Amino acid sequence: MSEANGTALDFDRVGMTYPDGTESLHVISFGLDTGEFVTVVGPSGCGKSTLLRLASGLLKETAGAVRVDRDRLGYVFQDATLLPWRTVQKNVELLAELHGQDRDARRRTAEEAIELVGLTGFERHHPKRLSGGMRMRVSLARSLTLDPSVFLFDEPFGALDEITRNRLNDEVLSLFATRGFAGLFITHNIFEAIYMSTRVLVMSARPGRIIADFDIPFGYPRADDLRFQPEFAQIGARVSEALRQAYE
Amino acid sequence: MSTEPIEALEAVPLITEDPDPVVAVHVESRSTASKVFARLRLLSAPAVVFAGFMGIWYLLSWRYLPTVLGRASPPEFLRSIILPYPHDVVNVAFLDATNLGDLLSGLWLDTRLSTFGLGISITIGLITAIAMSQARWIERSFYPYAVFLQTVPILALVPLIGLFLGFGFSARLIVVVIISLFPIITNTLFGLKSADQGLHDLFTLHTKSRWVRLRKLQLPNSMPAMFTGFQISAGLSVIGAIVGDFFFGRGEKGLGNLIDLYANRLRPEELWAAVFFSTALGLTVFMMFGWLRTRLTAHWHESGEPGS
Repeated sequence: MSEANGTALDFDRVGMTYPDGTESLHVISFGLDTGEFVTVVGPSGCGKSTLLRLASGLLKETAGAVRVDRDRLGYVFQDATLLPWRTVQKNVELLAELHGQDRDARRRTAEEAIELVGLTGFERHHPKRLSGGMRMRVSLARSLTLDPSVFLFDEPFGALDEITRNRLNDEVLSLFATRGFAGLFITHNIFEAIYMSTRVLVMSARPGRIIADFDIPFGYPRADDLRFQPEFAQIGARVSEALRQAYE
Repeated sequence: MSTEPIEALEAVPLITEDPDPVVAVHVESRSTASKVFARLRLLSAPAVVFAGFMGIWYLLSWRYLPTVLGRASPPEFLRSIILPYPHDVVNVAFLDATNLGDLLSGLWLDTRLSTFGLGISITIGLITAIAMSQARWIERSFYPYAVFLQTVPILALVPLIGLFLGFGFSARLIVVVIISLFPIITNTLFGLKSADQGLHDLFTLHTKSRWVRLRKLQLPNSMPAMFTGFQISAGLSVIGAIVGDFFFGRGEKGLGNLIDLYANRLRPEELWAAVFFSTALGLTVFMMFGWLRTRLTAHWHESGEPGS
């Protein structure tokens, strides 16, 4: 069904109220087409991460419906969430292993994914010996092994320094360009949001609603100097203004 | 979908961040000689403490005790009972074949006791902890009894154990198991339950099998804590063996029986030697499990540094 209308992920009047009565999300509707990269910004605690947990099925919505093909879902968490006792290679193989792929196939898939994120040569390292940026790369590679059609990112690079983050953003964008998945990205950072996306959604404080929706007119591939263009700054100002209202 | 590496990615060198791996490799390739040297330096501080301890011992038994006991008669006899010279301990207990034979066969019995007992504790402890980690109701039902085992004074159980199992090897074994079981259960259970929530989410997304989650996530995650439990219990198992000797003295004589015997017969040199042997046994099993833990987890666990 998702193939038919090109919509890879669909939130249809989704609401989420926790058992303790806390309303996290209030009537969220938006669609995510293949080839779209949508970023959600909003105040802390507004339910941004809840969106992803609903999309992945970790949480069940209490109102409305979430439609997505969960067999090919990539999900990159805030932390790299690697198994510390496994090497890089074995970490990247994990998902294929859990899905019952045979040894040779998953080794090949993992090697390709590791090469794709530029970690060739580090296959036998344990996470302990990697930097934060490299760990996120491993996490990225792990998700890539499932060849996702929808890719969820939950503030994946928030803990990294700016240079590393910019660099990883570029890598995610090149993967986006070659793999053609639909991306749903959560961040606090307005400029990261604009740089990455075809579309930026702004959420209100809890209970979260979508209060603004910006189309980002820049084509891909995007280069670093885009961040210093006047149009980029103008959009930044508008998103920033919307975000300020979100806090009120 | 293409899985070929992208040109844009190949064009730039991607790894520019972390010098750490290089450092780590460098450390690993250090020469054997310098490793031995580092090892010696590590040992030198405890060696100094040992020498100091021996000095104080000699000083006490040579200068202090005779002064205190000055008016007693004969003072030399009393002194040798209260604190014999270390070299007398070596002469009487280690260089005399009969005495050494007694001590070694006692040591052998307690080694077997603590090894078997610890083996049983590890088996029961792991099974219990795994069962508790799988269902809240199992944990709620059995945990109080684990605590009971930990808190019941072993002395209070002696008559019961004697009634059921007699006063031989199996009674002593039970004492070892009772004393060493609890730390294995609690530490393993803690390890099994302390896996990162993000990792649990990852497994929830990709598998429904609890067995897979246990085997690939919870068990490996619990290894450092589990081995800490083994280590604590290893030390306790030796204590259990010696304590068991005291209460269940029939048959073969363990170090505990010998300690009792030497104390009653005023044979301080052998007494000190028996204490030395039991401590050495405890220390050996303790260090063995410490070594094993480092071996198995230091390369990935944050707290595990080689040589610690």
